[in-house]
Formats: sequence, C-alpha cells, structure tokens
Amino acid sequence: MTIMLLLVATLATIAIWWLSQQRLTEKPWLENGPAPSRAATSGMPAAKVGLGVFLAVVSSLFALFASAYSMRMHMASDWQSLPIPWLLWPNTGVLFVSSGAMAWAQVAVRRGQIESLRTSLLVGGASAILFLMGQVVAWQQLTAAGFYMATNPANAFFYLLTALHGLHLLGGLVALGRTSAKVRRGTDTDRMTLSVDLCALYWHFLLLVWLAVFALLLHG
Amino acid sequence: MALFGLAGLFIASRAADATFIWTGLAFTLISVFWIYNLIRISFDEAEGKRVRAREQVVPYTLLAIAFCSVLFHVLSPWWWAPIASNWHYIDNTINLTFWLTGIVFAAVLAFMAYCVFRFRHREGNRAEYEPESTRLEAILAIGTSFGIAAMLAPGLVVWNQYITVPDNTVEVEAVGQQWSWNFRLAGQDGRLGTSDVRNVRPNGNPLGLNPDDSHGQDDIVVEAEDLHLPVGKPVRLLLRSIDVLHSFYVPEFRVKMDMIPGMVTQLWFTPTRTGRFQILCAELCGVGHSIMRGWVVIDDEQAYQAWLGAQQTFASRASPALASSEGDSAGRPGRQDGGRAHAPH
Amino acid sequence: MGEATAEPFETEPSAEVPEVELYHATSWWTKYVFSQDAKIIAIQYSVTALAAGFVALVLSWLMRLQLGFPDSLSIIDPPQYYQYITMHGMIMVVYLLTALLLGGFGNYLIPLMVGARDMVFPYLNMLSYWTYLLAVLVLLASFFVPGGPTGAGWTLYPPQAILAGTPGQEAGIILMLVSLMIFIIGFTMGGLNYVVTVLQGRARGMTMMRLPLTVWGIFTASVMALLAFPALFVGAVMLLLDRLLGTSFFMPAIVVMGQHQNYSGGSPILFQHMFWFFGHPEVYIVALPAFGIVSDLISTHARRNIFGYRMMVWAIVIIGFLSFVVWAHHMYVSGMHPYFGFFFATTTLIIAVPTALKVYNWVLTLWRGDIHLTVPMLFALGFIVTFVNGGLTGLFLGNAVVDVPLSDTMFVVAHFHMVMGVAPVLVIYGAIYHWYPKVTGRMPNEMLGKFHFWVTFIGSYLVFFPLHYLGLMGVPRRYYTIGDMDAIPLSTGMLNELVSIAAFVVGFAQLVFVFNMIWSMRNGTPAGGNPWRATTLEWQTPETPPGHGNWGKDLPVVYRWAYDYSVPGAEQDFLPQNQPPVRQGTRSTEP
Repeated sequence: MTIMLLLVATLATIAIWWLSQQRLTEKPWLENGPAPSRAATSGMPAAKVGLGVFLAVVSSLFALFASAYSMRMHMASDWQSLPIPWLLWPNTGVLFVSSGAMAWAQVAVRRGQIESLRTSLLVGGASAILFLMGQVVAWQQLTAAGFYMATNPANAFFYLLTALHGLHLLGGLVALGRTSAKVRRGTDTDRMTLSVDLCALYWHFLLLVWLAVFALLLHG
Repeated sequence: MALFGLAGLFIASRAADATFIWTGLAFTLISVFWIYNLIRISFDEAEGKRVRAREQVVPYTLLAIAFCSVLFHVLSPWWWAPIASNWHYIDNTINLTFWLTGIVFAAVLAFMAYCVFRFRHREGNRAEYEPESTRLEAILAIGTSFGIAAMLAPGLVVWNQYITVPDNTVEVEAVGQQWSWNFRLAGQDGRLGTSDVRNVRPNGNPLGLNPDDSHGQDDIVVEAEDLHLPVGKPVRLLLRSIDVLHSFYVPEFRVKMDMIPGMVTQLWFTPTRTGRFQILCAELCGVGHSIMRGWVVIDDEQAYQAWLGAQQTFASRASPALASSEGDSAGRPGRQDGGRAHAPH
Repeated sequence: MGEATAEPFETEPSAEVPEVELYHATSWWTKYVFSQDAKIIAIQYSVTALAAGFVALVLSWLMRLQLGFPDSLSIIDPPQYYQYITMHGMIMVVYLLTALLLGGFGNYLIPLMVGARDMVFPYLNMLSYWTYLLAVLVLLASFFVPGGPTGAGWTLYPPQAILAGTPGQEAGIILMLVSLMIFIIGFTMGGLNYVVTVLQGRARGMTMMRLPLTVWGIFTASVMALLAFPALFVGAVMLLLDRLLGTSFFMPAIVVMGQHQNYSGGSPILFQHMFWFFGHPEVYIVALPAFGIVSDLISTHARRNIFGYRMMVWAIVIIGFLSFVVWAHHMYVSGMHPYFGFFFATTTLIIAVPTALKVYNWVLTLWRGDIHLTVPMLFALGFIVTFVNGGLTGLFLGNAVVDVPLSDTMFVVAHFHMVMGVAPVLVIYGAIYHWYPKVTGRMPNEMLGKFHFWVTFIGSYLVFFPLHYLGLMGVPRRYYTIGDMDAIPLSTGMLNELVSIAAFVVGFAQLVFVFNMIWSMRNGTPAGGNPWRATTLEWQTPETPPGHGNWGKDLPVVYRWAYDYSVPGAEQDFLPQNQPPVRQGTRSTEP
C-alpha cells in the first residue's frame, strides 16, 4: 500500500495547504461583521475544480492498482514478467503527440485562431484513437504469443492496467467530441476556452498516468 | 429498566422453584409498567401538560441505562469461560479496559442526565453564551490521552509477548478445510516435513505432505480427530488451510489466528490445565462455518505419551492397506462425528 | 428577508451557478422524475435508500428468527442464512447509510446550507441518482437469479466468496460485485458535486469557518469517500476477474472438496487490504455526517452555540486524515505481519482522542443550555448514548491484543452495530424529524415521534448490549447456529431469544415512523418557515418547502457563524446567519 499511502500523503498536503488558507484558527463568533469584501470561494470555474477533484479520484484508482501490482508481485513467487511489446514505445510517442496537440489547442483558443484550434483538436483526437488502436494491436500480439490473462498475474495486470487507461481515454474522447462540436457551432470564446482547457488538462493527466503505468509494467 | 425486565424473565425461566419464578415475573411486570409509565409521561409532555420535576423521563432513563449496564456486567451469568492457557495477561487487559471505559460511560451518561435535568427548558430561561473554553478542552484532551495511553501501553506490551514465540516451543501443525480440522505433529526426528497444497489427495494425503521429503515420513497425522497436547509445555501452532480462510479459535485459550491458503500463520500458548476444549472456526468459510468444530485435549504427560504412541505416521498411513480403511473422501461435515466419538477421555 | 437590501454591494450575485445555467424543468417528468433539482434528487435518494434499508431490516428479522429460535423453525437453512447476513450488511452499510447520509442529506442540505441555488453540476447529480438506483436494482436482482444472492459475508473475502462452498457462487457474487462497481461510479458523480458545491458554491460571506458542522461533516466524508471507494472498486474488479476469467489475483492454489482448482499464487490478504482500505474510512464516511448533523441538532434544540466549534471542525478534519492509516486494525489476526499491529493499534487509539473531544463538546453544549426535549433532540441524546457505548467498545477492538479473543465474535457485531448501525440511524431519524418541516412544510406528529424514539432507542440498546457478552464468551459471529458449544452456559439461548424479541419490536416500531411520515405530509400542523427557530440558512428560505433555485431573486448574504444562539443582548435567542449586524431598531423578523 506504499504507493497509495504516498498518494494520500500528497493529497493530504494539498488539503492542508488549502485548509491553511481558510483561517481555521480564527474565532468565527467574533466576526459578526458585514460580509468579508473578498468572495468566500476561489475565482476558479467550478468545472475546473470538479475536474481537479475527479483527477484525484482517478489517481487514487490507479495508485491502488499500482499498490496491488507491487504487493502481488512480492507476495508470491509465481510472478513471471511478460515481454513488453515493442509497439508500446511508438504508442507512447503517439500519446505525447496527442497531448502536444491539446497544448497547441490551448494556445490557439486563447489567440482566437479557430482554424488552428480545429486542426489541433482533430490531431489530438486522431492520435488518441491511434494510440488506442495501437494498444489493441499490442494486446493481439501478446495473445498470439500465448500470454493469456489467466496464465500469470503479470499478464493479468498488464491487460487490466492498459484496459483501464484505455477506458479513461475513451471517456476523454467523448468529452473531446463535445468540445469539437462546440467549436464547430462557434460558442462564445470563454466557454470554448474552458472546454479546451479541461480537455487538455485531462489529456496531460492521462499521459502522466500512462507514463506511470508503462514504468510499472517495465519494472515488472 | 428494560434490562431489569430481561433479567426478571431470565430468572423466571431458569428458576427451579416457584418463589423465584414469581419474583422474576414480578420483576418483569414492574419493568413493563415502568416503561409504559415513561411513554405515558412523554406523551403528556408532548401534549403540553405540566410535568412535575421528579417525572423527568430522560435523565432517569439515562441514569437507568448506565446503572443497568453496569449491573448486567457485574451480575449476569454471561461471562467468559475460565482460562486454560498462559494468556491471563489478555484477560487482565480486557478487564482494565472494561473498568476504564465503564467509568467513562457512566460519567458521560450521568453528566448528560444532570444537564437534561437541570437545564431543561422552562419559561423565561435562556442559555448561557460561551463559544468555547480552550482551557477546558485542553484539560479534557490531555486527560483522554492519558486514559488512552493507560489502555494502549499494556496492550502493546502484551501484544509483543503474544507475537514473540519463545524458543522452547513444540511445533504442531493445524490445517483447516471445509469443514473439519486436521493436525500434524513431528515424528522421531522432531521436524515437520515440507508440504504443498498441490500434493493434497483426499485419500492418503489430506495435508499435502511432500512424499519425497524424508522429514515428513515419520510425521504424525491426525485426521478429523482430537488433537492432544501436553499440559504446561508451550506450543507453537503452525496454521494452514487447503481451501478457504478459516480461523483457529479456542475460547478457553484466548487465542485466535486466521488460516490462509497459500501461507503459514502461527500462534503460541501454554496450556495450563488439563481438559477437553472446543476449537471453533472464527472466519466465515462457507455454509458449514458454524459446524466446523474440533477438540484439543490437554493431557498430563503420561496420558499424552500413551495417545502419541497410538497414532499413525504419514508413511504408515500412505500404505495401501491402511489407506483403504481410512474411508471416503475428505471434507464432509459429517466427518467431525468421528471426533465426537472420542468424547469419553 | 429584507436585510439584503441594506447596502448596495451586498446585492450583487455571489453564486457560482449563474442564473442561465440553472436548469428549469419543462414537464412533469423532468420536474419530478428526471429532475436535476438537488432537493428532488435528495428525496429520491432518501426514499430509495430507506426502501432498500427496509429489505435489509426484514433480512435481519429472519436472521434473528434463526438465532433466537434455532430449533423451532426449519424455514431458514444455512445457505439462506448466509445470504441474509451478506445482503443485510452490504445494504445497510453501503446502500442505506452511505447513500442516505451523503446522497440524501448531502443533496438536500448542502445547497441550502451554503446558500447556493443548486448543486454545481445538476445534470451529473441526476445521473448519480439513476446510477445508484441501477446499482440497487442489480443488487436486488440477485435474489431472483439461480443460486440466489451471494452468501460470502459483506466483506466478500476470497477465496470462499467465489468458490462452491458458498451460496450464490454462480451469479449472486457477480451481481454483487457489478452492483458495487455501479454504485461507486454513481457515488463519484454525486461526490464530485458535494465537494465542489461546498468549495465553489458558497454564498457571499459564507467562509469555511461559518459553515454549519453538518456541511463540514458531509464535505469531509465526501472527500474521504471519493478517495476510499476506488479501493473497493479495485478489489471488486480483480475479484470479478478471478471469478470470471480465472486469473489469480487473490486466489492461491487450493483444493476444494477434494478438487484441485486452477488457481495459484494469489494472496487473499491482498484483498483484505483493499477491502479495509475502503472499509475503515467507510466507517467514518458514515460517522462524520452523523457527527455534523447531531452537532446542529443539539445546538438548535439546546438553544446554545455548539461548544468549541473550532475544535469540532479540527476534529472532523483530523479524523478524516487519520482514518486512512488505521485500516489494518481489522486484520490483527488475519495473518499479516504482526509488527503492523503496533502501528495500527497506536493510530487507532489516537483517533479516539478527537472523537472523544467531539463527545465532550456535545455534552458540554447541553451544560447551561435551554434544552427543549423535542423529538430530534431525543434522538440526538440517544445517539450520544449509543455512540459513546459503541465508541468505547472500539477501544477494546482497536487494541491489538484485546482484539485477539474478541475479533470475529459477536462482540464485534455488537460494537459495530452500536457505533455505525444504531448511532447513525438515530441521527438519521433525528435529522428526518428535524428537517421534515422544511421538506414538507408540515410538522411530523410528536406523539408518534416520541413513541418511535423510545421503542427504537431502548429496544436497540437491548438488542445490541447483551450481544457484547455473547462475544466475550466466545460465540463467533456469522454462526448459523451456536449449537453445542462448550464455553457457554445453556442460558445463552435465553439471551438470544430475548434479543430476537427486542429486535422484532424495534422493527415493528419503524412502521410507526413510516406511518407518521406519510400521515403528517397531509395532516401535520403547518410548520412555517423556521419552526425550530434555527440560525442556519436552510431555515431562512423565502418559501417553505424551498422553491426551485432555493432563494428568491437575491442570494443570501452571510454575516455570522451558524451558532448565534442566546447571544447576550439580542432580543431573540437566535440570530439567523443572514441577519445583518445589529443596527438599533432594524431587526428583521423571521420569515
């Protein structure tokens, strides 16, 4: 559970930092004054905070899988690492491209370049789909080579972690599709910027998760 | 008072002669009437009728709960079985915890009762305004911490004893399966042979001993019968399971440890008196969980040696002539009747 | 509610949900069924959870029937018994308590108490409820599949959870795991709402330290649940794969009934770590909202500020943090490394200190108060009794070596029923009686409420107090029948009978509650906007029940903390949170 406890410690640090901003030691009964001039809540849009909290949940999910992975690896002697398909390396590159395209979209939407925004979202989406297809091909290579899910826990974790990551990316693609629709309809810039920002944040996060998962699989 | 009623019913049902039965029933009746009265008064309150101070339901109920709980604790016949191992330290720790927590429970309830009695709403009353008292809270926090430490410290000391196995123990293996208990003792060489679940055969090798291990050949295998142990000698029980989780638990020994398939867990104790003690399974293990019983018999040295001499080794069990007499496959709940047949020891 | 017009800057909207984004229902269906209004969703959550809880209550009767009168009835066989305990436990802990306290009370109270028009993501909120309903239906469906529901115990420990010796191994366990996964997905959608609404939806002037403790409790519990439920999700996915695809995450090599299984190398203890990493925070996920709610009930009905508000907030936060490092106290005798016992016993007993401080502050709130013994107050007092009782027995079980003889006995059953069964349920009832006037506009019947309280409180104390002593004698939990047990006197059967009778009486008293709720909806006395003369924002709405969007044209502005009761010098013994600071002669009256 070390990995999960590390994540909990990280999140606890963030929580403590945030709590330290909330003047928890003031005596509220002495403050019966007019409303504080500063707004009580932060200025960040709710959707962004919501996505942040959601990413914490997803981190917790992956950290727990990683904990289970390392515990299972060390608890019994039957662990046999499987050969990591070479395809995962170019696949990782594709995901980098995807994340880069989303970063480009963020710049474009701020500059108001609708044309390049469309292109970058298209590139981002297409490369994400390419990544997913690559993952499926990697699975096929492995099953063809006889590495079935039930044969060994290393195999089972490989399929499980990649599938889980793929599912999250699929969910992201739905959100990306909605964002692209917004861009096509030409909604106002503020909302478009927010949507693109949220998608980009999610994409960068999934890239990080993938790097962590990939490192874990290589380590096994 | 409801507990009084309960106690009354209990006395009535268990009593041998008529006086006791009537006393018990009277007890119960009084309690029932009391409860009825409480409800009636609270209804009166709900209707806004004037209630005299001594009819305050809530404070008296709170006091009664504290009082009856303590009374039940002290007087009821339901208490742990007399101990039969060296773990009276555990009993002492439990008793210490009981008294500390009991005092806190009674104190909190009494304080609540007093508050409700004294500060009940009356016309024109107004509560005091006092947001906090750092000093009081600090005192309470420190006091509580001391109380907690007073329970934790002895607990950790005894836990250390519990998990530190002494050097001079006899190793005995207990293996759980759905839903019976098997045991193994070291033979002449004083060592238990290796084992693996993959070697398990219902007929002949229920514990999965390694047939190629010479240390295992003289091991004594006790299948679904009583385990005998000598009194006064520390025992280290190695616990295994061949199917699901079980838990080895003998209430009189105060020890318990789960049995996990795929690994060996352990516990140790020194039996301090002779007798026959029931082993219970304390981890849900399927539909037969509650009938999964076994027995440990604590013998004096002489009786123990006599029993030991009559047991079969792994090697002798494995020979076909004996294997056929062993009967059908393992794992029938009915098998434990075999254990019960040995009752008159 | 005229105070908002006092100064010009106070009228500017402060909500983070702009008016345009607030969803407006266009038809009966979208208003009452597929509603995105948190108040409707709250009622949907509550009714569904209570209905599921009623199923679990009936299951507990059947169990008590078997335990109290083991030889006189033959309608319950061991497989059914184990199915009942499993479904009873899982429904009560997850589908009733978690869903009701967070989904029900969270949805109703958070927006109103923080002064928001609605949750920040109303659509997600609606999805959350329907996902939850799906999870409940999938779970209940397992009663109707071949083999019936799973009988693995609510802890679902492998290997037995997915093996033939356990009832429901065919389909029941699969439905259980799938239902849990659906529940967790649904909860995540709701939990995001509760957390972000507290973070971003607070009205102007509502600082964190002005929040009522109810919101603090639900907020902290939601954060914990968001991080802890994934552990159950992970465990469920891996167990499902072990069951369906034959992987060996948790399954070692085993022989079942003489048959060698196709598993090897897995670790059952790994599942236990996953389960309890969720399971222990789960206890506090249920407890913290109850702590918060009971603080508000006691304060309101004792007409006194909650004593030591700051300490109460810190205690909630500290308990929230600590609850993530105590999980293995459920596993002292599970075969994990015994040295962990030192660590987890220490953390577990440390967590008792902030919890004890909360108890002290509740009873100190009563001191020199002006105690109105209303039905909600009675339930709050009942909660303190049962919670103190259950909390103190927790000190037995948390202390590693004391846990050795007591773990997996009826003592554990008695402990957790007292502390996370009866105690939160008493709070839930108290809260329902307290907020019922806000939800329906009418008061619940007080006589029926008092009857319900006395029978439930005394009755459930009678059910669970004696069970401790069964455990002390060594009766293990989850026993279909105690049978012939050497360590216990014969009279134990008597004790079990009485416990069962008390359980039936308590169960039937719940019908009085149901009747009261339905009857008072039409026949209760009209309540007015603020019948308890409470300070918090939900009692200051312009309409009762609150209309769509909760507040009229302007959102409330908050000037003070939530506990200005009996302030010296004030005319009334309470000052609503949105009442501007006293200017001579301009006090507004309650709505």
